[in-house]
Amino acid sequence: MFARTALLVLRKDFAIEIKSREILYTTLLFALSCVLVFSIAFVKEGEPLEDAAAGILWIAIEFAGTLALGRTFERERYGETLRALLLAPAPRAAIYVGKMLGIVALLAVCELLLVPLVALLFRSRLFEAPVLLVALLLAGTVGFAVVGSLFAAMLVRARTRDVMLPILLYPMTVPLMIGGVRGTVALTQTPLDQPSAIMWIVLLLCMDAVFLMLALWTFEPLMTE
Amino acid sequence: MTADFDAVSLIDVSRHFGRRRAIARLSLTARAGDILGLLGPNGAGKSTLIGLLATLVAPTSGEVRFGDQPARALGAVLRRRLGLLAHELHLYPELSARQNLRFFGELYGVGAGRVEAALARAGLDERGDDDVSGFSRGMRQRLALERALLHDPRLVLLDEPFTGLDDRAVGVVSERVRELAAGGAIVVLATHDLDLAEGLITRVVLLRDGRLVADEAAATGLRARYRRVVGSA
Repeated sequence: MFARTALLVLRKDFAIEIKSREILYTTLLFALSCVLVFSIAFVKEGEPLEDAAAGILWIAIEFAGTLALGRTFERERYGETLRALLLAPAPRAAIYVGKMLGIVALLAVCELLLVPLVALLFRSRLFEAPVLLVALLLAGTVGFAVVGSLFAAMLVRARTRDVMLPILLYPMTVPLMIGGVRGTVALTQTPLDQPSAIMWIVLLLCMDAVFLMLALWTFEPLMTE
Repeated sequence: MTADFDAVSLIDVSRHFGRRRAIARLSLTARAGDILGLLGPNGAGKSTLIGLLATLVAPTSGEVRFGDQPARALGAVLRRRLGLLAHELHLYPELSARQNLRFFGELYGVGAGRVEAALARAGLDERGDDDVSGFSRGMRQRLALERALLHDPRLVLLDEPFTGLDDRAVGVVSERVRELAAGGAIVVLATHDLDLAEGLITRVVLLRDGRLVADEAAATGLRARYRRVVGSA
């Protein structure tokens, strides 16, 4: 029942996005613009600033993710459909998981374009260990989506949600961003620092697990007015 | 675990939002077959009361009971027996009427046959594949009502169900409400439209400033009674 409900919510979000493509296009455009602007600032005469690629990749993911979170939950505010979901005879945490998986999928699509672009513009060796890179991106993205979806759902009826979301989200996701950036730096070093990269991936997975447990535990009471 | 019930009771329920008191020490019971009209001016607490009955709003004090069980003990099982048509329509405008009903039908474990029947009842079987964003308010309202009733709920909560409906649709919805009550549902209907409420509701609950000021059998002269108890109508 739990997985079925989460997948139903995810499928519904996909159906809406396939029709409108609104969130995908705006998020992608924003992320790509962000990387382009940073490349103008941090690449001088073809030489990028050392390790800038890692930071810029994760900043672009975080900013684009914030935009996606806001728009995804804005859809549930219009017509108060989030209340209709909460009224369904399903575990309320499953609704949260469905929404969160939608954000992960959306950010994964963004990352498919962001990673090659960052590698190209910053001459970064991002593809030296592709499996580890995928694991790192996935661990960081899931953590961000776990925290972000909870806050975005909480704020859906608040008038100041657009201001409050980054205020709450960015401090909470600082450890995830540190893990993501340090892990990416380890993956792009010469020679490749595989043990450090694996350590950061494991740390991110541990943070994901803690955040997910807290989110599943608190979602229902937080959503009951 | 089943959560069927033939009565819903609020026992000394209060609800505060910060320092604002939305509902104050309200006790009330509605039984199967009742069409209970929640009447009162803006800010009287009607929508909060509906939220409490829908388990979307938790009481600050007091208890909401479904049959002989408290709401908090039943959770998701209870929600299978609740249907809510709120002022906001709980529809996704980007999806078609059929997609909306299918999605909610699947959430409630309702088959495709019932979805098609609901579309027909809403008078939208010809436009089932059109996006809801292109519908008039009346069409949306009819679709939202069928969405709320898709899973055959025991407790039907209707917040301003006649908004945007033409005369014919008002008649159809009123008849649907009577059918639901005759079939054993408990219908709670919040409205400002006293003319439409008269002749439809079987009990009148008048609210003012979050307080219950009257709970009585419906009778003719509803507007005059409302004016006497609540103020101008």
